[in-house]
This record gives sequence, C-alpha cells and structure tokens, in this order.
Amino acid sequence: MAKQIVKMTLNGQQIEQLVDSRTLLVHFLREQMNLTGAHIGCETSHCGACTVDIDGESVKACTHLAVQCDGSDVKTVEGLAEAGALHAVQEAFYEEHGLQCGFCTPGMLMRSYRFLQENRNPTEDEIRLGLSGNLCRCTGYQNIVKAVQSAAIKLQQKESATA
Amino acid sequence: MIPPSFEYHRPSTVDEAVGLLSTLGSEAKILAGGHSLLPMMKLRFAQPEHLVDINRIPELKGVRVIGDDIVIGAMTSENAVIADPVLNEKVPLLPEAAKLIADPQVRNRGTIGGDIAHGDPANDHPALALACDSVLTIAGPNGTRQVPASEFFLGTYWTALEESDILTEITVKAFPSGAGYSYKKLKRKTGDWATAACAVVIALSGGTVSHIRITLTNLGPTALRAHEAESILMGQQVSDELIRQAAEKAMEICDPAEDLRGDAEYKTAMAGQMVQRAIHDALSKAR
Repeated sequence: MAKQIVKMTLNGQQIEQLVDSRTLLVHFLREQMNLTGAHIGCETSHCGACTVDIDGESVKACTHLAVQCDGSDVKTVEGLAEAGALHAVQEAFYEEHGLQCGFCTPGMLMRSYRFLQENRNPTEDEIRLGLSGNLCRCTGYQNIVKAVQSAAIKLQQKESATA
Repeated sequence: MIPPSFEYHRPSTVDEAVGLLSTLGSEAKILAGGHSLLPMMKLRFAQPEHLVDINRIPELKGVRVIGDDIVIGAMTSENAVIADPVLNEKVPLLPEAAKLIADPQVRNRGTIGGDIAHGDPANDHPALALACDSVLTIAGPNGTRQVPASEFFLGTYWTALEESDILTEITVKAFPSGAGYSYKKLKRKTGDWATAACAVVIALSGGTVSHIRITLTNLGPTALRAHEAESILMGQQVSDELIRQAAEKAMEICDPAEDLRGDAEYKTAMAGQMVQRAIHDALSKAR
C-alpha cells in the first residue's frame, strides 16, 4: 500500500522503481540504486554531504523523499564525469587538493557544479556563501574555495573555446 | 533516521488537496518544503498516517501583481523570493531577509508558506509578515478566507489554520515610496535559527516618521509586533536617544525560551541590539 512506482531520469538513464513512500532519496540512491556517492552525514539537512541535483537545483537528499522525484531529472556525483573525463569541478578539486578525508567531497562537488551555473564568475565571498550549506571539518575551506575559483576559470575557458 | 510509514498523496489542485485533507482528517499532514516536517517525522515528533504533497500544485507557486496587491503563492521557495523582481522592487524586505534563512540548498526547498504555517516562533517569515501587514489566504472545506498576519499566530505551533486548511497565498502591499527596511538576525552559524532578530519598515515624511513597523523573531511564543516601541518613534524626528528608548520598549515584550542559544536575559539584551541596528539600517535606506 505504501509503495509507489517512481519513474525518474537518474544520471541520464530512465529508471522505474518500486519505492516505499517513506524512503528518503539518499537511502534510495545508496541502497536501492547502489550509488553511494551521496553521503549520509548529519541527516538533518545541515551538512550538505548528501547534496544532489534535482531538476537543475541543489537539494539535500536526506530531507527529500524518493517518491517526490517522480518525473524528475536527478543527477548525483556519479553522473558528473562524462565519457570517462572528469568534470571541471572534479579536476579542480583534485588539482587544488580541495579535500582531506573526502567525506564531504561528493556534496561539495555537486553544489559547486550547480553553483557555477548559477554564478559563472563568482567572487570569493560569493563562493563562500554559495557553499555555505556544505560543511567540511578538515580543510578549513581554503582549498575548497581555491578549487571552485579554478573550476570557474576552467569552465569559462571551455565556454570560450566552444563559442 | 527514516520517517515512520505513511501513505503518500500528490494532488494537482488546491481543491483536490483540501478534499483529501477533509477525507483523511487529523491523520494527514501537508508536505510543503519538508524541511521542518521530515526532520520531525524522523524523530517521531510527528507521525502522520498520510502525507499530502502540495509541491505539484502550480497555482501555489510564484508572485503575481493584482492591482495594488502583490500575491505570493504559499509554495514559492525562499530562493524564488530572493530572485523575484517584483518583490525586490516593491517589498525588498522579503528577499533581503530570505537570504538569512537556512542555506542555498534548503532555500530551494523551503517555502514562504511553510515557514509561516508551521507556527514556529523561530521561523523568520512570521515576523516579516507582521512587518509587511501581510494578509494570509486560507483554503478550507468551506471555501477560502483571508486572515491578517496580526490574527494568524496564536501560539507556538498554533495558528489560525484548521485541520483541513491550506495556506495558499500571502498578500502584501508595496512599501510606501521611499520606505527604508531592514532585518537584523543574530545567529550562531549558517542555517541556525535566530538568537534574536528584528524586522523594521520605516517611512519618513517631512523629516518625521510617518509609517513604522518593528517586529521580532524567536523572542516569545509567537512572532511579536512591538507596538509601544513603534509609538515612541511615530510622528517624531528620529534621534539616537529615541531609538534607544524604542529598543527598551521592545525588550519589555520579549519572553524568549531558554535554549543553547542563550538564557532569557541574554536573548532579550540581543533583541534590544537587533532593534537598534535594524532601525539604523532601515533609516539609512529611507529617502
């Protein structure tokens, strides 16, 4: 009774799954779809480790029901690299060492990916505000901010190369 | 943490939603942005048997101008409030204050209506609704009705909403021309509720105050409007001394709950500071 068929586009693939209505999106992704990129951190929508993209917006998957994604386009960190090539934000976090333990990284990447579409040429302050829903307990954020700055430049260069 | 089991319903119109709520009765809860309800369900503070998800009801979203009225759909997200050109031009307090609510991801889900309807004195929109003289439109089994914000907040988690009601719209008037506004919110960190916060709307005419609202967040069982503090400034030429007196009056109506953000004395003192800062900031924007 409490189960529903949910259809969504997940990392570009059409999927159809039977979902218990109480299942949170983050559990659906990790346990039913074996996509363990979105992490379960605080479970109270504070830490941002579970951040994914739903219909072009960053959302914390720990506070969203899987059934609410019926008909939606969902992207997780697993869908960020295309054709085996890292996305610019992934390259930048790697090069600038925008992580230490790595727990917050999938959420940081997904938020940065969306943030740089909302603001293509952000200031440092705007980056810090844009990522204020993602907590990191290791880095002190310095290299994360550098990584987002570097990713912004990479994306701008890519854009002008294809223009 | 996983919420308890429930039946999930997703109506596509307000009528359908009200019909569902009427049929399901007290065992049903409305799911708006879900960022208060789902955490409460995880902790078993709420265990509804039915969730009525009103996210796919198009008529509940967006901002419309109808004559002098600016009508904000209850399911308009905080980020949509921040980005809305009409609100930025006519009621700029709302987008400015919404930037201080939660964080970017949560603002994609959290809605102005959910923030008001929850009845939590820690939420920011109740005090903003009082400061904007907002009128709340409620759809229920017997049709729709309008309730001024001043009559909506009855107690902690207690509002004028009846069991099968849905808050559908928040109606505001454009600020008087040249009005200044401010929302000052003391919080420990991003995403936290206010330790103390104050909204101010002020208009001057011939150098004296012709319109003023001073309202407070998280300083009593509901959002508060500081009428006596307003009276001190109304019709006067504003001075630092009068602002201090107004802040004192506002502190007198504070009755904050003690928690990890501080004891009642500290929060009340911070309320006084927020009132002074908000008045100064609002005056700096008034023309």
